[in-house]
Amino acid sequence: MAIRFVLKPSQYFDSVSLMNIAAELQRLAGIEDAALVMGTTANKTLLEAVAPLTPAVQDAKSTDLIVLLVGDEATLPDALVTVDRLLTEKPTATFNTGQSQPRTLRTAQRMSPHANLVMISVAGEYAVAEAWAALHQGLNVFLFSDNVALDDERHLKTYAIERNLLLMGPGAGTAIINGVGLGFANQVPHGTVGIVSAAGTGLQEVSSILAQHGVGISQAIGVGGRDLSETIGGLMTFHAINALQADPQTQFIVAISKLPASHIAQQVMDRLAASGKPSVVIFMSAERPVPPDGIYLAETLEEAACFAASLATGRDIKPSAGTLSVQYRFSPSQRYLRGLFSGGTLCEEAMRLWSQHIGDVWSNGPLLPHLKLPNSHHSHHHCAIDLGEEEFTLGRPHPMIDNTLRIQRLLQESHDPQVAVIQMDVVLGYGAHPNPAAELGPAIAQARTIAQLDNRDLAVIVSITGTPNDPQNYAQQKSLLEASGAVVAGSNAAASRLAVVAISGVHS
Amino acid sequence: MNKLFNQPLSIINIGLPRFAESVQAQGVPTLHLDWSPPLVPHYSHTRNGTSIDAANQEAIERLLAGRPMIVGLGLARDVIPNLTNHTILHAGPPIEWEHMCGPTRGAILGALVYEGLAPDPEAAATMVDELHFAPCHHHHAVGPMAGVISPSMPVWIIENATYGNRAYCTLNEGLGKVLRYGAYGEEVYQRLHWMADILYPILAEAVAFSGPIDLRSMIAQALHMGDECHNRNRAGTSLLLRALGPALARTCTNTEYLAQVLEFIDGNDHFFLNLAMPAAKATLEPAEGIEGSTIITIMARNGTDFGIQVSGAAGQWFTAPAAQVDGLYLPGYNEDDANPDIGDSTITETAGYGAFAMAGAPAIASFVGGTAQDAIATTLEMYTICFAEHQHLTIPALEFRGTPLGLDVRLIMETGILPKLNTGIAHKHPGIGMVGAGVLRAPYQSFADAFEAITTW
Repeated sequence: MAIRFVLKPSQYFDSVSLMNIAAELQRLAGIEDAALVMGTTANKTLLEAVAPLTPAVQDAKSTDLIVLLVGDEATLPDALVTVDRLLTEKPTATFNTGQSQPRTLRTAQRMSPHANLVMISVAGEYAVAEAWAALHQGLNVFLFSDNVALDDERHLKTYAIERNLLLMGPGAGTAIINGVGLGFANQVPHGTVGIVSAAGTGLQEVSSILAQHGVGISQAIGVGGRDLSETIGGLMTFHAINALQADPQTQFIVAISKLPASHIAQQVMDRLAASGKPSVVIFMSAERPVPPDGIYLAETLEEAACFAASLATGRDIKPSAGTLSVQYRFSPSQRYLRGLFSGGTLCEEAMRLWSQHIGDVWSNGPLLPHLKLPNSHHSHHHCAIDLGEEEFTLGRPHPMIDNTLRIQRLLQESHDPQVAVIQMDVVLGYGAHPNPAAELGPAIAQARTIAQLDNRDLAVIVSITGTPNDPQNYAQQKSLLEASGAVVAGSNAAASRLAVVAISGVHS
Repeated sequence: MNKLFNQPLSIINIGLPRFAESVQAQGVPTLHLDWSPPLVPHYSHTRNGTSIDAANQEAIERLLAGRPMIVGLGLARDVIPNLTNHTILHAGPPIEWEHMCGPTRGAILGALVYEGLAPDPEAAATMVDELHFAPCHHHHAVGPMAGVISPSMPVWIIENATYGNRAYCTLNEGLGKVLRYGAYGEEVYQRLHWMADILYPILAEAVAFSGPIDLRSMIAQALHMGDECHNRNRAGTSLLLRALGPALARTCTNTEYLAQVLEFIDGNDHFFLNLAMPAAKATLEPAEGIEGSTIITIMARNGTDFGIQVSGAAGQWFTAPAAQVDGLYLPGYNEDDANPDIGDSTITETAGYGAFAMAGAPAIASFVGGTAQDAIATTLEMYTICFAEHQHLTIPALEFRGTPLGLDVRLIMETGILPKLNTGIAHKHPGIGMVGAGVLRAPYQSFADAFEAITTW
């Protein structure tokens, strides 16, 4: 196995182009790994984990392009030629007439004077400056970028609130504003439920389940995963609740957060109670706060959606029961449950539900610090991997966009004689892969075949986060996955419960 | 209540194209930025806390308020402040004789002969130690190409009606073998004498009769007629003749002289350049000296150096070696004959026209790549490095969008986009003249040095 670094000084490419190129290189025969990144300190640190840096790469500047190829020595020269070809190919996506694309926000605003929202997904170190520029110009911000310092986040949000603007993020994966999905978002009907969420896939899961019950969204505001932390103090959550309270279309409110600071969680519930609009909260924390009157506290995202759907329809809507009709025949070596997730919130929810029944769950983002996997690339015991974490997305597209890494990991797990059950999430909607089941389905079938050739049965349980109107065609995705031998659940919570049932069969 | 919920969404996307595609697919008007990381940090305030944006806004307001008018003509020695009989003005930043380029030297030698101070260029060359050389810009004047102004040359007097300041520029001699391109010889002197003896008094009388002539309005009209008022001045020249026509007819009793004047102006498509330039100068001077402003108020070249001045550091030149022009050449000449970039005419770009208004001048698109689309792309690119857009000068082809106005040193350094300049090309040796015309980018170093200075304010 050979490792090759190539430095291309003063060549700037946006990260998505580089990711696409890296993905294409990884498909080449004989190439084990490929990464193309700009030479920022953060990127170099991440590369260092893959291979020792050459002196030239160590000295690379943030305006220099670093190419890393790992593979058979004989294939590298051809791969390098491919790198150059891909780098010089013209991008296919064009907006307006190619030449009139503005270079700066100031110019763009002059060309589009009615613009009222800026979506920012450039690297965090640059994103803050762009977010400030947008706020100064009176524009609302959807800040997808992460790696933003907490102080910057607090200052940006404080300023935005003074100007009565929304600053969604940093790390905002999704939002639905005026019926338009931003970032990763599902096609949901317009309706009466407003959502404030500090958990991206949590918002997608709740809005999709609501849609499945025929209940629509008025506005869904992502506030970034750290908004309810001690430092940020729920600044944007409170601002968003105020906005939803004043919005006549919003009759009910759902607030979602992972691990909020407990006194802030309490304040959020009090604020919701004062809004006069019946509300549901889902806080993924070990503690169970006491909700004031008129506030429904949900255990799972699905339950939160069902509470809200019940409020909106006046019917009693319950989470799906979830029974496992398949009988698996596990061999004695098979003991463990593994989760391969693309959505961070879904990964966390699954771990919480599993651990109530099976005890310790290891992870690259564990519920308790001592359960952190020593090496995220190697599973052990029961464990759940969030493949959307930065350690996996360096120089590669997010697993909601590109299935390559998850398929590799799935096949890796299928060779592990200790594995009995694998849970996965498939997130549909805008921004996501156009046809994930077409790639994941065959991989699931292959994984099951690998196990069967070794006289093992392998349970694969998949949840779909999506709606019938999503661009990917929900029904077709479901049947493709079922055809591969997977059990498909309508929610992450349901899938997690089925996974627990399946793994319990092992222990009984 | 957040206003966003009651408005149709209109989105600007910075980063992943996929996000722009998906909101566009949902029917939202979306503008995707061709973003790249800023090359230098953004400076919003000076060290003592002055808001740079506010200072720049003040500069822009002064530029937009400027109303340059032709108020008369006069002889340089009579009207240009502090011009002694031994002072020769030249284009660009300050420079000593020994570093002057061929065309500047040629123009100075020719001017000395024209002034009667020397019998021929050879004799003139022995006199240079007795002379005082100074940039036109130090005397509220501008000069195209070599930009030489000697005391007995007639000049236009342009007054900014809003602020009362005046700017000066010689009368344009035409193309080919002319003093401003460094040519000398009998043909050159004869033309200059005819201009002083016949053209100047007739124009002076006509302007006196007609009263002040509004140049901002004339430039605005010329931009709608295919000029960019730097390398193309055909429409502006025609508009000037229309404006002066009745006054010329009523004041000039010698019809033969009148005919000569009309023929001369008709035969010189660049006659209006020497009005577009001082109009820019008169407009820009009131924007000089605003504390904290990073707006460029002068861009000028002397054929050896390119130099700029920035509003917040009035009087301080930031220079770099003048660049070679990417040009089209007159028959018989090529780039080996070309002098580096020269002249004060980049004052037009500084004021928001010239190359910056290229989108309005498709007829000369061959300078910028050949197609009207290239011309439009030039203007669109310049918006990126300008702080504002003009309110009075507009481009029909861009839905009457204002021209890019107010070059901001910060934006140039953040984006790495250097100002585009239109220009003529002089022969590098004295005594020959014009060899072509073209475009180029202003050299990086002067902006880098200015930016360095700004970071210490």
